Amino acid sequence: MTKQDPLFALKVQDVVKSFAEVMVLRRIKFSLQPGEVAVVLGANGAGKSTLLRILAMLTQPDSGNIYIYGKDTTKNGPEARALTGSVLHSPMLYADMSVRENLTLFAELYRLKNINILIEKNAVKVGIQSKLDHRVRTLSHGFQKRAALARALMHEPQLLLLDEPESGLDSRSVSHLDNIVEEYRSSGRTILMTTHIIEHALEISDKAIVITDGHVHLESTTTCLNKSNILSAYSHALPKTSGDL
Amino acid sequence: MRESLAVIWAIGRKDLLLETRNKDIIVAVSAFALLVLMVFTFAIDINQVNAKLTGPGILWASIAFAGVTGLNRAFALELEGNTLEALMLAPISRDLIYVGKMFGNFLFLTASQIIVVPIFAVLFNLAVLRWEMLIISLLTTIGFSAIGTLFAAMSMRVRAREVMLPLLFLPVVTPLIMAAVESTSHVVNDGSWPEIAQWIQLALAFDIAFIVISAFIFQQILED
Repeated sequence: MTKQDPLFALKVQDVVKSFAEVMVLRRIKFSLQPGEVAVVLGANGAGKSTLLRILAMLTQPDSGNIYIYGKDTTKNGPEARALTGSVLHSPMLYADMSVRENLTLFAELYRLKNINILIEKNAVKVGIQSKLDHRVRTLSHGFQKRAALARALMHEPQLLLLDEPESGLDSRSVSHLDNIVEEYRSSGRTILMTTHIIEHALEISDKAIVITDGHVHLESTTTCLNKSNILSAYSHALPKTSGDL
Repeated sequence: MRESLAVIWAIGRKDLLLETRNKDIIVAVSAFALLVLMVFTFAIDINQVNAKLTGPGILWASIAFAGVTGLNRAFALELEGNTLEALMLAPISRDLIYVGKMFGNFLFLTASQIIVVPIFAVLFNLAVLRWEMLIISLLTTIGFSAIGTLFAAMSMRVRAREVMLPLLFLPVVTPLIMAAVESTSHVVNDGSWPEIAQWIQLALAFDIAFIVISAFIFQQILED
């Protein structure tokens, strides 16, 4: 295939990833339309986090292709990264810099204009405006996660990747997150997130992708799913000894 | 080009900001280098002949060994908060991350030399504060930073990275240390410019070759 359909916000084609002898992702294949909010579900070790790291272009797949709004992540890495915002497990912030200094640094790396206005706007969006001048080291995990979310939103990415975004967040922070998800959906932008909270996932998303043993076991709109469908898909997972890959 | 320079400056300035807060690297590198110099001043009878004979070697060996400590620390900071991955998320070519980190390391090593070289000049009673020495220092520090940044990145996920970095770094920088020692030797012995220049040319060629090679390999390391 030489040309990708630009209508797909994300197209994942036959992605394979192994670590040493362990095959974590086996020909993963799915796509998302612009404006779609999708959740990736799966038991521990199913390969969700590895998939998100590959989509965020932090890890190379062994084979397969990924297109973000038509941009091949292997051939057009910087262009694809400009369209993507990622919040993964770790907040990935400099602990001895303030939240504002961190956001300024990343705004400069993304070559953004009107940086101060953007920082204030996104700080309000995630509820960290009172913590902007605090060093990251002094913040709770929840505030660090919010700051990471603000960093991911700074360049207004078309595709937002969130790896268990609600972990460590209080209910108020989760509601900030839900607002962001809703804003993304209404503005025609796309979110792909992983989570372990199935009920919440089904509530806020349009599509669920269940990964078991490195395969897409189930891909469906969330209106036709309930918790027991998902858990039944989980049960197809083979037992693994490692943690969440 | 202007945008690339802005990215490099942003990464280097961030390293400098963190260093002004933590004071980990410059203090450690300078203290280590000064300790080595002090040990040698006691170990060797520093008369005018011995100083000119051994001083340049002692100076550059102390800076190279001390530099390893700083290079290790500069990357350890990125590992602590997984922040290297945050840099990798940015829509920039990954060789700019390399040049930015190299620039930061260059600043730390230069700051350490600003402390160490004048003290060396006093301890060994050698006239090294000359413009030729400025060129030698500049080229040697660029080379140390270029290779050190690459090897620090290579060894960052290795369990024994503190051991691995000197094992990788020191053999590769040997030609650069040689060029620095020989050219400094000519400086302290009032050698002619052509004598100094031949070693400066070697250092320059070394720097250019290793910046290009290292930037390429660094991208592969990050994407591995």
